[in-house]
Amino acid sequence: MPSPMSANEVLDREFLELRAKILELAASFDRLDRSEGLVQDDPRIKLLHQGLDLLQEKGDDRAEQVQLLFSRPYDDNWQAKFQLSR
Amino acid sequence: MYYIDPHIHMVSRTTDDYETLAKMGCIAMSEPAFWAGFDRGSVESFRDYFRQLTEFEPQRAAQYGIQHYTWLCINAKEAENVELSREVLAMIPEFLDKPNVIGIGEIGLNKNTVNESTIFMEHMELAIKYEQQILIHTPHLADKYQGTRMILDMLCDDSRIDRSRVLVDHVEEHTVRHVLDEGFWAGMTLYPVSKCTPQRAADIVEMYGTERLCVNSAGDWGPSKPTAVPDFIFEMRRRGHSERLIRKVVYDNPLEFFSQSEGFRFTPPDLSGSQLADA
Repeated sequence: MPSPMSANEVLDREFLELRAKILELAASFDRLDRSEGLVQDDPRIKLLHQGLDLLQEKGDDRAEQVQLLFSRPYDDNWQAKFQLSR
Repeated sequence: MYYIDPHIHMVSRTTDDYETLAKMGCIAMSEPAFWAGFDRGSVESFRDYFRQLTEFEPQRAAQYGIQHYTWLCINAKEAENVELSREVLAMIPEFLDKPNVIGIGEIGLNKNTVNESTIFMEHMELAIKYEQQILIHTPHLADKYQGTRMILDMLCDDSRIDRSRVLVDHVEEHTVRHVLDEGFWAGMTLYPVSKCTPQRAADIVEMYGTERLCVNSAGDWGPSKPTAVPDFIFEMRRRGHSERLIRKVVYDNPLEFFSQSEGFRFTPPDLSGSQLADA
């Protein structure tokens, strides 16, 4: 089902909101850099940078990809590992 | 627009919320049993809780013209205590014939552990034995994808499960397709911080259509907004979606899903003389 709004209409409606969200991200990363201590080796920082990279990808599934990036992996052999039986 | 909130925890909300919801068009709601914010110590605590859900809340809701239905279980967080869980499971049948009970829920996983999975399957057995519908909680944040896939595995491995009578809740962009593709109903929970926003829920409707998809507020004692479903309606209207399409998601779909339960004795609003009757 397509969105009833054109791309121009979406942009008109959301430009300021997107701008504000990018600004919040920029300020958060600045805050991290201003604070004492080093976190560049923290795996969460790596995840955040990967998330930012995903935003530059083409396609209409960036939200899904970001969700998967921040998700624990699924192992289809989990029931055997848990030794579950009905 | 009249709507049904298929998932809201009114025991945690004030009577003012009932009034506000009624003014905003909420005509019915279902309240799954859930975690109280602390682990309960005995089966008697659950018995009192189930009395609240089946006796007190329907009366409180009725004062504002809202029809209140409920689901019973021990939630995934407390399911880590297997012994207590089994005591609760043994007690639940005492309440299944109460007039507003429509199924077993919200069962599910929290941290995707062995004990949670064990109790999830025992809830499935209970639902099958008593021919009850099932409402399922999927985990939060990083645990959601893994937990949702595990839940689907357990459901799909059991041929006795009627998929049209199961709703898997709290779906997001990375889980909704798996749930719908397997033939289950899916619920999107509209939360201010985690889960879905009204905007992202509208995106998901645009990407996946309206079949077997519902939205809910899951309003509870934490950061949540009981009027989130009207926020979704407003977002859909702002985008230019038709009233008929919006109503399918917020009214027709929960009605169709709930109507499969014997305990769902619903009185529709009187729309005679209203433009809505023909919309």
